[in-house]
Amino acid sequence: MPFYVSPEQIMRDKADYARSRIARGRSCVALQYAGGILMVAPNPSTALHKISELYDRIAFAAGGRYNEYEALRKAGVTYADVTGYQFDRRDVTARALANWYAQTLGGIFTDSTKPYEVEIVVAEVGVKPDDDQIYRITFDGSVSDEPGFVAFGGQADQVAAALKERFHDDMTLTEALGAALEALAAPPAQGSGSGSGSGSAAGNGAQATELNAAHLEVAILDRARAHRTFRRLRGPRLEELLAESRAASAAAEAAEAPESASDAPAAQAAEATPPASDDPPTGPPSASGDGIPKP
Amino acid sequence: MNGHFDGGLGQAGAFMTARIPSFTHFLATHAPDLLPASLAGLQLPAGGDLIKDLPHATTIVAAACERGVVLAGDRRATAGNVISKRDVEKVFRSDEFSAMAIAGVASIGLEFARLFQVELEHYEKMEGRSLSLEGKANRLAKMVRDNLAPAIQGLAVIPLFAGYDEETGVGRIFSYDVAGGPWEEHRFHSIGSGSVFAKSSLKKLYSDDMPMTDAVLACVQALYDAADDDSATGGPDLPRKIFPVVTTITDDGYRRLPDSESEEYSDQVVQSRMRSPDGPRAPLRTGS
Repeated sequence: MPFYVSPEQIMRDKADYARSRIARGRSCVALQYAGGILMVAPNPSTALHKISELYDRIAFAAGGRYNEYEALRKAGVTYADVTGYQFDRRDVTARALANWYAQTLGGIFTDSTKPYEVEIVVAEVGVKPDDDQIYRITFDGSVSDEPGFVAFGGQADQVAAALKERFHDDMTLTEALGAALEALAAPPAQGSGSGSGSGSAAGNGAQATELNAAHLEVAILDRARAHRTFRRLRGPRLEELLAESRAASAAAEAAEAPESASDAPAAQAAEATPPASDDPPTGPPSASGDGIPKP
Repeated sequence: MNGHFDGGLGQAGAFMTARIPSFTHFLATHAPDLLPASLAGLQLPAGGDLIKDLPHATTIVAAACERGVVLAGDRRATAGNVISKRDVEKVFRSDEFSAMAIAGVASIGLEFARLFQVELEHYEKMEGRSLSLEGKANRLAKMVRDNLAPAIQGLAVIPLFAGYDEETGVGRIFSYDVAGGPWEEHRFHSIGSGSVFAKSSLKKLYSDDMPMTDAVLACVQALYDAADDDSATGGPDLPRKIFPVVTTITDDGYRRLPDSESEEYSDQVVQSRMRSPDGPRAPLRTGS
């Protein structure tokens, strides 16, 4: 006879396991800008993606274990293609996909011994910024609607707090990228990081302070494009955007605090920015045990 | 299984199963009723007159040119001796660097075009790369081949496939017969009821490495010649402003000429035919 273990204990153990594994990875962000939705993930691999296209106006981004979110991505692509084929392309929505992911992840969390170590974002770009949708789905199937921006995977709470400071409506792409990079460069919480590598595409480890084009995966859903709106930004185009956003934030910093701007060269000003958050950077990650992510 | 397929009760695992990245293969395994009837292996009763009176799509032309390839079609669909539609579209974008056009039973062709489009995009999203141009052409051959039994009963549809080969940097054309293919065509090709006339016309007008604008004009001329001699092919309809669908596929990708641009080419052709009804004359002796 096996020992009796209470359902509460089983669920708590599973949630703790998944949460601690996800927290080892690096955070990613998705945020609205005037021309669409920008997604940024630190990822040294150019072949193993964290951000991908699901459908014409819908993108997928994930943090956590690569083999697991890759299986979920492919399932989502199939779900979207089957739906669009039997009805119409306009009938594929982020809401339906987010629900499908929630059902699937919820089922896996309840039924299997090991939960998936993933956190997923499904984003849809609308015709107007008001129609944009960003959904975050966690390992246990909790789904939340995130207006404007979302940080997920790794130390998402610190990054979200840093991003909240910088986010505002109608940002340009350059501003949005600057805000995303500054938020991602927020220092890690105490006691996290430097776990040994496992299935994660990005590798695990401390939150990056060095984010250059080679270590970034950047993609957009471009509102103005017809048909398929998903575009990866890489190579010279990304370098150019990075240089622009760094110059812009260096200029902003110089205007705000001329005495401190001289400490760092302009090129590193964006990364050297402190998190400027009200929360102490040592807070526990996602403390609540109910699996509902904090806004 | 009836109704729509949503991965619901008892189907949830279907999406998560590892498999080859073919959309058609997925449907055949999990939801065969969503496939076109022929590809799902259903036997159709012989139809006779019923099938003869279905709308048929007619003439398609394609010509390779500088930087890519042109694919164009007239706008007429006929059902027996009746014009069933004067503004039908028979040229479809398959993906960023290819397009297909259909001749034969229009409704089945439309279904093929939709499925083929999803097939290519599905592979691209699943694998993170596009199929090679040959891969796309082979995939289409399989779809045509699977339609053989209905084709024998009269529900035949034949595609013409054109694309820009990103590896070699040239435009290429592939043709099919009811049993499949693909057959690579060099320089230019035409299919459908007016293809005999269109191809003869293109033969006299075509030259290697034509600039894109010349190739478009040659295709519109060829469609005019087909409409001139084939009752099932429609010429430019100036009063109703219905003009051939002209698409170009180059290193910049697929582009369907807007109606205004297609109108300009048609106008040019119609004006020149006012002076010379049989169109441009080729020199009788070469090299003169």
